[in-house]
Amino acid sequence: MIANAQAGTPVAGSFAGGFSWAMARDLRLAWRHPDEAVLTVAFFALVASLFPLGIGAEPQLLTRIGPGVIWVGALLAAFLALPGLFAADYADGSLEQMTLSPHPALGWAAGKIAAHWIVSGLPLTLLSPLIGLQYGLAPDTLAVQALSLAIGTPVLSLLGGACAALALGARGGGMLLALLALPLFVPVLIFGAGASEAQATGLSATPHLSLLGAALIAALVGLPAAIGMAVRIAVD
Amino acid sequence: MNWFYFSSPSTFYTLAGRLAPWFFILAAALAAWGLYLGLLVAPTDAQQGAVYRVIFIHVPTAWMSMFLYFVMACYCGLTLVFNTRLSAMMARAIAPTGAMFTFIALWTGAFWGRPTWGTYWVWDARLTSELVLLFLYSGYIALSNAFEDPRRGDRAAALLALIGVVNLPIIYFSVQWWNTLHQGSSVSFKGTSMHVTMLTGMLVMSAAAWMYAIGATLVRVRSVILERERRAQWVRDAGAA
Amino acid sequence: MTGKHRSGEPDVLQVRDLACRRGPALLFSKLDFEVAGGELLCVRGPNGCGKTTLLRCVTGLTRPDEGIVSWHGESSRVDPERMRAAMAYAGHLPGLKDDLSAEENLEFSLRLRGAPTTAEQRRDALAAVGLDKRRRLPARRLSAGQRRRIGLARLALDPADLWVLDEPLTALDDAGQALFVELLDRHLARAGLALVATHHRLAPTSGVVRELRLA
Repeated sequence: MIANAQAGTPVAGSFAGGFSWAMARDLRLAWRHPDEAVLTVAFFALVASLFPLGIGAEPQLLTRIGPGVIWVGALLAAFLALPGLFAADYADGSLEQMTLSPHPALGWAAGKIAAHWIVSGLPLTLLSPLIGLQYGLAPDTLAVQALSLAIGTPVLSLLGGACAALALGARGGGMLLALLALPLFVPVLIFGAGASEAQATGLSATPHLSLLGAALIAALVGLPAAIGMAVRIAVD
Repeated sequence: MNWFYFSSPSTFYTLAGRLAPWFFILAAALAAWGLYLGLLVAPTDAQQGAVYRVIFIHVPTAWMSMFLYFVMACYCGLTLVFNTRLSAMMARAIAPTGAMFTFIALWTGAFWGRPTWGTYWVWDARLTSELVLLFLYSGYIALSNAFEDPRRGDRAAALLALIGVVNLPIIYFSVQWWNTLHQGSSVSFKGTSMHVTMLTGMLVMSAAAWMYAIGATLVRVRSVILERERRAQWVRDAGAA
Repeated sequence: MTGKHRSGEPDVLQVRDLACRRGPALLFSKLDFEVAGGELLCVRGPNGCGKTTLLRCVTGLTRPDEGIVSWHGESSRVDPERMRAAMAYAGHLPGLKDDLSAEENLEFSLRLRGAPTTAEQRRDALAAVGLDKRRRLPARRLSAGQRRRIGLARLALDPADLWVLDEPLTALDDAGQALFVELLDRHLARAGLALVATHHRLAPTSGVVRELRLA
């Protein structure tokens, strides 16, 4: 005997419902396969370690290029984590179910991005002081560096998420995604690297950080809706 | 008068075909006048000599590169909101012209930079923003052609263009903060009041670029319409006639 | 119409003047139909005639080129959330996560539908479709038919009024098909609506069965 649910029970969709659903599900999936998060972080550490080997390990030079190298490394690592963000959901039909759910797209799109950031952006931010030490950055610069990454990597996740959703099912795969996402990352890179560089040269990092914060607010306001729309276009 | 009459691709096809030559003629005439003013009439600059005359190509193309992106984004907005066919085709038709103007602006800028700054390229905010603009155009073109179903490409690329348009002012305003850290901007026209003929020449050249952009877009949108509507009866009739 | 006459219930789902083209080819146009409570509308037709596209147009996944889909008299374009809240859709793609167990898949898909379930409900539903021994196995280790059965458990727990199902009997064995018909019976008996694209002959004991043929 199958116990049917009561027909006609009004089901309620809400932002919070979609957000917590997407976040809980994606975090559980990431927990089942922690290797992806580990690979992102390993890639970041590896790229950052290649620079001293490539351009020389002179301490003064390293201190100067450190902030920029760390930001570029974090940006590339965040980019590499993008293709998987929607591809699996697209292939197994979860995106269709999400589009047809009573929860607004805003909610589950934001939830997916939040989970993605926790798995990719957050570990990068936490690891950055360690890499910064390898480059001989001063403690205050390290703090500003971590802060700029903490504000900046969510913007990368949001922008990259939108591009990844737009490129679903497109010919050209990874290269196309790079062409779409990396130009949009440029301002984030400029402000982010600028903040710790300003701190390192004795200037105030505040203007950069506030611009980065403004970018984060703008991204939080606009991009989840854009991601929802991109997904809707993709499943059409 | 029915405002939607010309929003039907078949009627717009005819209209565009009739208008395009006139815009090209206007563009050629204005360009000839503008170049005459710029290269022969305008006085030589006291500091830069004759090199500054690149300005008559450089500035109008740079203006157009940004303005065309804005126009393209407006068409993209129409595409997403109203799902109109013609607006998506117009956006597609504008993109290559916009990318071309962006490229010319960068290229002439490099040739201007070499004698005056001593280098073809600096990572100045304005140059970088223009380069990003070129990437945005290429991203738009690549994405709009990356799908089997052209209308899917239309809508995905339209959304990308709209995300990009929000990005433009962000890049643009980064100038102020960025330059305080790196070397200051090397060339500025502040203080040197611009000669009237120089200004006229530049405006005439801008008008020429404008006319060319409209003409080129109309020609290109005609081929986009033909490609999309090749199965429609009116195209077959036109082909048979 | 097959057999029974239409009941006097008002039409809850109305489709007017629907047209859809895929690329240059016109799949269907000027399509009108309605479904009332307690009715099953079977969409039939040869492969490639647009059954899936029609279903996707009704759900709102695909934008039709023309036409209006109304739910309780209101266009679904105007208020899509209202229709989505009352609709369960199962397409060709199962929407299952390979790395999650059958029970987790059930839990998450119903949470996504805005209808949270208790562990006991999920256990019972999975037992009813014959998956009680396998409910903790990751979905990747289940057979195609067993994965379909997770879908049946999902339908059983979903309070949706409208079912939109694309080939729901694919990969199900005889017992599985009987389970589906039993579910469908119950759904129609409580005045639910069903729009089903299928090559099989469905004969539920309750409700009105009608057919829509696409050429």
